[in-house]
Amino acid sequence: MTQITNKEVGPDQIYTDYLKKQIFALPKCMKCKKYHFFPRTACPHCGSFKLEWYPVTGAGEVYSCTTIYRKSERGGNYNVSLITLNEGPRIMSRVEGVEPESVKIGSRVTASIDNETDEPFVIFTPTEIPGSCHTY
Amino acid sequence: MSHILRGSSAIVGIGQAGCGKAEGRTPLDILAEATHNALDDAGLSLSDVDGLFTGSSYHFMPTLSTAEYLGIKPRFSDGSMIGGSSFIAHTLNAAMAIHSGLCDVALICYGSNQRTAGGKLATMSEQQTYEVPYKPHYPISSYALAAARHMYQYGTTREQLADVAVAARQWAQLNPEAFVRDKLTREDVLNSRMISDPLSLLDCCLVTDGGGAVIMVSSERARDYHHKPVYLLGMGMAHWHRQITQMPDLTITAAKESGQRAYEMAGLSVKDIDVVEVYDAFTINTLLFLEDLGFCPKGEGGAFVANGNISPGGTLPVNTHGGGLSCVHPGMYGIFILIEAVRQLRGSCGKRQIDGAEVALVHGNGGVLSSQATSILGTEQTL
Repeated sequence: MTQITNKEVGPDQIYTDYLKKQIFALPKCMKCKKYHFFPRTACPHCGSFKLEWYPVTGAGEVYSCTTIYRKSERGGNYNVSLITLNEGPRIMSRVEGVEPESVKIGSRVTASIDNETDEPFVIFTPTEIPGSCHTY
Repeated sequence: MSHILRGSSAIVGIGQAGCGKAEGRTPLDILAEATHNALDDAGLSLSDVDGLFTGSSYHFMPTLSTAEYLGIKPRFSDGSMIGGSSFIAHTLNAAMAIHSGLCDVALICYGSNQRTAGGKLATMSEQQTYEVPYKPHYPISSYALAAARHMYQYGTTREQLADVAVAARQWAQLNPEAFVRDKLTREDVLNSRMISDPLSLLDCCLVTDGGGAVIMVSSERARDYHHKPVYLLGMGMAHWHRQITQMPDLTITAAKESGQRAYEMAGLSVKDIDVVEVYDAFTINTLLFLEDLGFCPKGEGGAFVANGNISPGGTLPVNTHGGGLSCVHPGMYGIFILIEAVRQLRGSCGKRQIDGAEVALVHGNGGVLSSQATSILGTEQTL
């Protein structure tokens, strides 16, 4: 077995660097072929350290959702959802473009990247055509 | 052949202090007072304690701070931190330490001034980097997501969740020590302020102060104390995730495994359980744990808890002191269900006493449905 040499930056940084380039990418295991999230240095499915990064389609489904109630003067209610990506992993996010109360479990959603701050993050909007992919 | 730890140790002392409001006290002040009461209950003194088991949201090295405060020098100590389930898990660690001769008198203890210190959940938890941008309320949003998914998959209703809170309140009304005892209806819960849909204010546990302590010794010496011993028959732990995104299925908790392990060690099954104390930080918890511990099939928890089935006079006594929803909930709550189970098995619960209770199941939860710990306790007749 060869030793790991830490020659690259860590997985958190790789993830963020991709987002800054408007790419939603996740680590994929070269042994069991599964993606995972949050990004790690080892595959949580099989324990392999042989990982490569690939862009994901950004297509997914609302696995669960909650509306967090907040006074309107503080910004009003907002959505928090768990999205199961087509590639398998589940991610916490926010579904935008609809009222928070009308986000439904089982709805198809598509990712985009909120790049307004130094810490970009993925948000989702309802998918117009079921199964369609978002292009970045 | 039964497990070597089955019935090898017993709880001989219990104590609480500062439950509700404890003005002007630190978490360790309250912990020390609860410890005093537990030692007094057993007829022991601090100098007898040589094993210390504790967890804290206030002290990074809780066993060190606690032992220093109490002026004890334990031979063995364990500060395993798995949230509110820690104190249930400590029963197993204490049993192992006692059985192997590493300590003779184990003190399991906790204290918190969460209410009088401002009502905020104290935490030393690391931030969940990939959740922060979405501003979930910790921990309620994670439980809300689990409740929403359970409703979606199984048709569980807010009314059924409300019935969990109503049942807890009815038990609290039988317990003079419970923090909230006024009448509560299903409509009161449904009409309370929505916080993180589908969970509203009255789906959430109390925020109180409080401390609890438990004294464990080997079964050989357990009969030497004031009260009839309560034996640890079985214990199991399980954890499958830390943050809610990593929970494989939001409708199935690791209680399924911790419960199986506890039943196996005890050599008992769900039908042997007389009284159930589960960690009800939110109404959805009770429902999930009753399913995962085998009291009803998966998905049928909503119907099971509805219409008074877990209330006084129902088919299954659950959270007989009023639970975290109505009795006491100072940040981490596991020690209090342990104490209530011991009281039930001693037969000292007054109006809320379950007649002939011989076996109690205590189930602790930690994190966001993350850590699950199940202990099964029994009277001498169950050995």
